[in-house]
Amino acid sequence: MTFFDEWALPLAVFIPLVGMAVVLLIPRAQETAIKAAALVTALATLGVGVGILTQFNYGRSGALQFSVNVPWIDVINSRFHMGVDGISLPLLILSMLIVPLCIIYSWNHFPEPHNPKAFLALILLLEVGMTGTFVAQDLILFFIFFEIVLLPMFFMIGVWGGPNREYASIKFFLFTLFGSVLMLVAFLALFFLSKEQTFDMVKLSEFGGSGIAHGTQLLIFGGMFLGFAIKVPMFPFHTWLPDAHTEAPTVGSVLLAAILLKLGTYGFIRIALPVLPDAAEVWAPWIGLLAVIGIIYGALCCLAQRDMKRLIAFSSVSHMGFVMLAIATLTSFGINAAVFGMVAHGLITGLLFFVAGSVQERYHTREMSRLGGLLTQAPKMGWILGFAAMASLGLPGLAGFWGEFPAILSAYDPAKLASGLFDTSNLVTFRSFMIVAAVGTVLAAGYLLWMLQRVAFGSPPPEFEDAHIHDVHTSEWVAWAPIMFLIVLLGVVPGILFSVTDAPATAIAKVFGG
Amino acid sequence: MLNSVWIIVALPALSFVIILFFGKRLPKHGAEVAITAVAASFIGSCWAAVEWIDRVNASEHAAGIAGFFGKGMMPSDSAQGGVEPVVNSLTWWQSGGIDFGVGTYVDGLTVMMVFVVTLISLLVHIYSTGYMHDDKRYTWYYAGLSLFTASMLTLVVASGTLQMLVGWELVGFCSFMLIGFWWEDRENSRAAIKAFLTTRTGDIGLIIGIIILFTAVGTFNIAGTNAYALQGANNHDILLIASICLLIGIMGKSGQFPLHTWLPDAMAGPTPVSALIHAATMVVAGVYLGARLYPVFYEGFSISNGGINMMALVGGITILVGASLAFVQRDIKKVLAYSTISQLGYMVMALGVGAWVAAVFHLFTHAIFKALLFLGAGSVSHGGTHHSFDMREMGGLRKKMPITFWTFIIGSLALAGIFPLAGFWSKDEILVNAGSQGFELFLIIGLVGAFLTAAYMTRCVYLTFFGEYRGKHHPHESERSITTPLIILAGLAIVGGMINAAPLGIKKFTEWVEPTTNFPKVVHAEFDVPLAVISVSIAMLAIGVMSYFMFRREELTKFKGLTQRNRLARSGYTLLERKYYLDYLYENVIVEGIRTPIARAMYWFNQTVIDGLVNFLGRGAVRVGRFAYENIDQRGIDRAINASANEIGAAGGVLQRVQSGSVQRYALYIFAAVGVMSVALFVLSVS
Amino acid sequence: MELNQFLILSAFIFAVGVYGVLARRNGVLVLMSVELMLNAVNINLIAFSAFNHNIRGNIFALFITAIAAAEVGVGLAIVLLIYRNLRSPDLDRVEQLKG
Repeated sequence: MTFFDEWALPLAVFIPLVGMAVVLLIPRAQETAIKAAALVTALATLGVGVGILTQFNYGRSGALQFSVNVPWIDVINSRFHMGVDGISLPLLILSMLIVPLCIIYSWNHFPEPHNPKAFLALILLLEVGMTGTFVAQDLILFFIFFEIVLLPMFFMIGVWGGPNREYASIKFFLFTLFGSVLMLVAFLALFFLSKEQTFDMVKLSEFGGSGIAHGTQLLIFGGMFLGFAIKVPMFPFHTWLPDAHTEAPTVGSVLLAAILLKLGTYGFIRIALPVLPDAAEVWAPWIGLLAVIGIIYGALCCLAQRDMKRLIAFSSVSHMGFVMLAIATLTSFGINAAVFGMVAHGLITGLLFFVAGSVQERYHTREMSRLGGLLTQAPKMGWILGFAAMASLGLPGLAGFWGEFPAILSAYDPAKLASGLFDTSNLVTFRSFMIVAAVGTVLAAGYLLWMLQRVAFGSPPPEFEDAHIHDVHTSEWVAWAPIMFLIVLLGVVPGILFSVTDAPATAIAKVFGG
Repeated sequence: MLNSVWIIVALPALSFVIILFFGKRLPKHGAEVAITAVAASFIGSCWAAVEWIDRVNASEHAAGIAGFFGKGMMPSDSAQGGVEPVVNSLTWWQSGGIDFGVGTYVDGLTVMMVFVVTLISLLVHIYSTGYMHDDKRYTWYYAGLSLFTASMLTLVVASGTLQMLVGWELVGFCSFMLIGFWWEDRENSRAAIKAFLTTRTGDIGLIIGIIILFTAVGTFNIAGTNAYALQGANNHDILLIASICLLIGIMGKSGQFPLHTWLPDAMAGPTPVSALIHAATMVVAGVYLGARLYPVFYEGFSISNGGINMMALVGGITILVGASLAFVQRDIKKVLAYSTISQLGYMVMALGVGAWVAAVFHLFTHAIFKALLFLGAGSVSHGGTHHSFDMREMGGLRKKMPITFWTFIIGSLALAGIFPLAGFWSKDEILVNAGSQGFELFLIIGLVGAFLTAAYMTRCVYLTFFGEYRGKHHPHESERSITTPLIILAGLAIVGGMINAAPLGIKKFTEWVEPTTNFPKVVHAEFDVPLAVISVSIAMLAIGVMSYFMFRREELTKFKGLTQRNRLARSGYTLLERKYYLDYLYENVIVEGIRTPIARAMYWFNQTVIDGLVNFLGRGAVRVGRFAYENIDQRGIDRAINASANEIGAAGGVLQRVQSGSVQRYALYIFAAVGVMSVALFVLSVS
Repeated sequence: MELNQFLILSAFIFAVGVYGVLARRNGVLVLMSVELMLNAVNINLIAFSAFNHNIRGNIFALFITAIAAAEVGVGLAIVLLIYRNLRSPDLDRVEQLKG
């Protein structure tokens, strides 16, 4: 055990916290120092992330690495247990990457009411929550990090948001809090009913719910389901998302789409499935049903949008539907597809929100009927928007395809369960889902291209004909280039991600015979 | 070279990357990189072709079956060894214990396709230096062409269906970008989106079909899939469903009825793009898929049984729909587009009637002469009408643009199937196979199609090159870079068909291209002189009749305004002009239906019902809270506490009055109490 | 003679006494009314004693007479002091002890 092995994860989680403290200590007038401190913190965290990437033993990506396991709250037998495996790693690195990019992006244009000090402090606090959630291996620890995330996001929307920010922020907060409370109840039930009173996720996964009555298992899973499904968000718990996205400042939307939504799906894979496999088998067809409803429903809602950011928000509902469908198949192939879909969606939708934010900053509107001709006025930004839209609709060669196609493929061959929905076999159920999901890809192409046509193609409307529209700024280039690079890289060599997630996914799916 | 076909694919891909990053800074703005790359690819593909032919010859000599394709109906025998394809693949990624490979699968079909793609692409690249010279997005255009070439080659050399899907989607994307190349005009981007969405609709079928095959076979491998399909009848249902799904994919990509409507609109793109993508290469991707996975279709649709099957039927309907719509177009490119649809119908029908070689051969010849025709149309608009494709502005260009005229004539005759041009040989092979294998219906459709083809091409040629010039410009012959590709293609259109000229005993195309392993026992029909005579006569007749109408137009006053006078004629004309109302159905009914009412309704549902529920719950919670606060908390509990205090206070107030300090009052109380008590005592003692 | 007649007389005198104690404000009158009540009781006791041929009633009456004399002595002294202090025999004005 080297120093780094032991300290990598606590460092990754708490460097942002220290950075936040530093940011708070610097007087408000010294903006540059504040920004520099925040950026250095985020980059240092990313540096730890790179260190983890290099030191990670890819041969045994199924096992927990960089583990820290010390007593924490003895009274309730809760331990400070952290670790990464192949499923946590990509998401951990993704969140570490997106945060500095967000700080760079907002370098010169903080949303009103400005106040970079508070804004950056909140972003760093958010990073604590995000990284912590992905490495926590103890339910209480997980829950704390899961909840930490709420607070900065609430303020980000509520303070720096759009005109309807108060409604949106409160809706976001209450919705998620409602879910997490039920989740906490489920965790407590697990604690008390399991063979051993523990919050340790590894141990609970080993128990696999043995010793808990079947009906109780279903209820506990239901509690966790609500907590995670609201975060994902799954139909019909998704309505906080469009409001939150529409009102949030650009960076808030990016973080929300890129990372926060993944907390829910990650929770399903990491906690809900392994801890209560029997209940998962019963719930799976229903989760699949909600997922495909979400795919079609989100896509149709996209087509009715006039607001660009709202459209992208609904597209998240649709895309996360693919991820949830893949998870619901309970196969290793499906879980791999889900993790890939999560990473791809994080990158792509993050980029889309970045571009949408920049468009709004330049035109002061997101109303698609008023926009047009972005390609003539800011050609580079127009092409980046086109690139992101193409990636989002699942063009092979870009990352989105490898989240979407394997998800559909996995639905053709789900785990062999006792029964599916409505007295049909699981196979029939999921194959029907597959067809619906495939239709969803066409709708996705429809709304994204429609948005592209509205915003980028054509000639500028008279309103903006003479407006001076600056093409991509340097800070935007720096923020976007890594994302675009990763989208292409993952699209061309999907193996680099699949090889990492394969072992843990296989381990999780083994219980289901997949 | 056969083992390193990937180089042919990689070169245009590399060129794309170079142009993307450095194109604008290069002296020729990227064109030189693109042309060099595709030329190198072309040389590579020629090399590969030569090596493949050597391989075929060597294996034939070794097996001692030189007379394999002798006279008579001779089945090709898959059991007899044959020429193994050259397969190279490596693991692309792994997931859930399954390997996903990427690689090259090279056999005669691949080599032929690689040759066609690189050849046409090279000519189009050269042609575009002249045609697109003044365009402001010149660099970008070449990047698009390079990417397209690379994607198409990825699709063609694919060793597995997944890789095919990747290439398939990528060419669709390139098609989208190049159709919408002049995106300033909203019509163009509309056409691009229409093309992309229509093909994507077909892709639902393709994706599902690929997934079904993958699950059944356990691999995406083409060789494995074909071997599985030929195994036996126990998997017939799977194959049938898979082939129906794949056929839907083919419909989308290859413009088959009823998903053909995007192709004419795709003519909004630059003409060289139409020649390359929407005539010669991308649109035949569907046919290529059909040919590549032929065992699946052959077994799935039970093609050996004859009669009617879905594939042949789709092709047959497409022939007639495409050809009839070509009549009423005023835009020369749309005539050619409908003609392409119709010819693609021939190819799919040929696959459906078991004429594999004929289908692929027609693909080959059609790529040449249709590219020629498109490039010719481009030349006409470039030199003759200043970027207009409306045939009403053309006419009389025969003298002004001789090279364009003659090459166009050659292309048209080849398309019409006149002996001995390329189209004759391939079309005849389709017809003779359809006729001899129990597909008489499709033979008749083919002949009707031949008549219509010749007729609409005559109309098109007449309107463009004969009569008086009706435009407002000064037509002149196009420059060298444009005419050279035309001449090369015209030469190929004349001799290209000869490589499978059956009556002359030349069957090189069959020998080289038809797979000999993992291939169903298709029957090769023998050349039929009477049928050939009939089909050529039909075409000649069509040309004659049409010419008569056209050249004698002035005298045929009684036909003038026929569509206005005769109700039947008018309704027929309207039906054609409205494209059988398919566009109306798709755009106004389905797309608008989804976009406007359904999407709005969904959104309404979202905002009103779900969000309403959420808001209701939220507001309800607030209301319950307020109620609880006001009534229970403030009024109830608080009241109770306050009240008890108040009551005690009030009671104290009352008692205070008793405690008056007045002794007499006390005495009164005492007496009153005594009185009350004595009454009580009395009452109690009584009872 | 009937016992009831004595009892009725005694009740009447007692009621007059009660009224005087409750209604009168003059301390002297209140004392007199108290005397009336005591003597009403005396009549009762003597009547019962005579009708029951029993001497106990007489003894009680003697005691009551003695105590009544003492009571009047103390009472008149208090009233005199009240009068001397307040210049009025009105008992309502005796309220210094009131809280």
